[in-house]
Amino acid sequence: MSAAIAAAKSGVEAVVLDENERPGGQLFKQIHKFFGSREHGAGTRGMDIGRQLLEDAEKFKVEVWSNAVVWGIFGGPQLGINYQQKVSKLEAKKVLLATGAYENSLAFAGWTLPGVMGAGAAQTMINIHRVLPGRRVLMVGAGNVGLIIAYQILQAGAQVLAVVEALPYIGGYGVHASKLRKCGVPILTNHTIKEAVGEDRVERAVVAEVDSNLKIKAGTEKSLDVDTIHMAVGLTPMAELAWLAGCQFSHIPELGGQVPLHDEDMLTTVDGIYVAGDLTGIEEAHTATEEGKLAGIAVSESLGYLGNQEALLLKQEVRADLKALRKGPFGEKRRKAKAKIIEERKSICRGP
Amino acid sequence: MPGTLKTTGILSKDELMESPGMPTKERMEEGPIAIIECIQEIPCDPCVEACRHNAIEIGEDITCLPRLIEEKCTGCGICIADCPGQAIFVVDLNYSPEGSILMIPYEFFPLPTVDSTVMALDREGKVVGEAKVLKVSNPKKNDTTPVISLLVPKDLILDIRNISF
Amino acid sequence: MRIETHPILGKRGRKRRVVIEFDGEMIEAEEGEPIAAALMAVGISVFYYTKKNGDPRGLFCAIGRCSDCSMIVDGIPNTRTCVTPVRAGMKIETQHGIGEWKLNQ
Repeated sequence: MSAAIAAAKSGVEAVVLDENERPGGQLFKQIHKFFGSREHGAGTRGMDIGRQLLEDAEKFKVEVWSNAVVWGIFGGPQLGINYQQKVSKLEAKKVLLATGAYENSLAFAGWTLPGVMGAGAAQTMINIHRVLPGRRVLMVGAGNVGLIIAYQILQAGAQVLAVVEALPYIGGYGVHASKLRKCGVPILTNHTIKEAVGEDRVERAVVAEVDSNLKIKAGTEKSLDVDTIHMAVGLTPMAELAWLAGCQFSHIPELGGQVPLHDEDMLTTVDGIYVAGDLTGIEEAHTATEEGKLAGIAVSESLGYLGNQEALLLKQEVRADLKALRKGPFGEKRRKAKAKIIEERKSICRGP
Repeated sequence: MPGTLKTTGILSKDELMESPGMPTKERMEEGPIAIIECIQEIPCDPCVEACRHNAIEIGEDITCLPRLIEEKCTGCGICIADCPGQAIFVVDLNYSPEGSILMIPYEFFPLPTVDSTVMALDREGKVVGEAKVLKVSNPKKNDTTPVISLLVPKDLILDIRNISF
Repeated sequence: MRIETHPILGKRGRKRRVVIEFDGEMIEAEEGEPIAAALMAVGISVFYYTKKNGDPRGLFCAIGRCSDCSMIVDGIPNTRTCVTPVRAGMKIETQHGIGEWKLNQ
């Protein structure tokens, strides 16, 4: 969205294709106030940032095609799409892929039972559809996703019996953990889920302590009386279209696995194809919108709608914001990993 | 109890006391004052602009911890709703012989009624006493983060951080 | 279990109710919501049984990626109920295995 808006501001004809009923990705599920800098929307709830993007899209005449599935991408670039009951090809001068990520799962005995689902799935049900998946929840994973969603489950009126985290420390922000602890939710570090038990759905969960190799310590099993288990065990870039387009990838575990390489303008190794957001590495909402903005500015420049000087100034502002967002102990790994992407891209595309 | 914010999700007494958001004991005795329980370096700064008295400082690098300038802070509590981490509280230690005032953010439903007595919970969610609800503030500018003013026992002012009823 | 009042999202908006059929029973749903949400709201958590072992499956990803929410909808099996909105008079059935096509015309 932010890429389309940035490009449209410069006069580029921008179209957003989204397979959902409305665009905005994960934003509308995020009912909590965002961190970051005040001037870039910190202190605002994710869902309101989403609303603002929709308003801006309308204001700057960005065309939005909802319920549009992009099933293919060809040279050109050309997109193969399914839209309004028709299969067709759409030609574009430039394409930005911002397809986000999908949730990882953890396989454990009983994990296929109804009642076991992704944490993001729970967030969709409670914040978008306003339905509770269950009343007594176990959250697996104490990263920001697990902590935030566990808190939102409490706000929705259900109970969280525990958060289990295999590492010896809490990966997410301490303030998110504190909000849960003062509601009486235990955060069991060095613990994992061993089994989900039930007939037609989860009736209880067995958790256990793990050693430093993340192996379950025999005899430490504990039974929890839950009817729902949510997994918040990381995200992986949803990179199918980037693969189909022939983009070069690199395996960077800190960013979620296979990520498409891009340069400082978010351009991949394929002419005319840009990437932004979680697709390029798992981070968060602000970095996603900023990368989108950067790509939008780069596209405008490349199409001649923005002069080089003007574009450079705009890009520098966005890059400075991205740098600030990746500072500190939580951002350090991501900052280095993102720099690695740009380095690797440079080493591939040397030449005239 | 052993452990730190990183390992348990609960701020240890040391982490709290060493935080630049913690006022001095002397200042706490003087009147209402904010306590900013933010000790991890995260890029974040809404609290700085929220304060009308310029009593919160972070600096150029917004990853730095917020510093409370206690001479400027009046304990008005406007910053409480703006903190995305819900990490700011306001205390008035010597409010009355009956107890101290504690202001907390509270994003749950239902909200307690004024003058009701509720259970006071510590950072672990354990009941440590009772509190009286003095005020429930939920103006539009709080963006659905109500702030509750409670009358609490003075000796529990650094322990009570939540309520239940 | 529907969330009627929420501290951030406020009261549930009044949406038009529609009636859908699930395994022969009539259920009230909200117009436009995904089938999976309507079923979850009345406590239904098993959406299909696997072909091989007859294991129960239910909602897993909720964004149309995993197909664990597949059911037979108006005769068409393997319909992802988490991304398919309800319509008045819709007929939903628990799917067994890969399902059968049961078209009415």
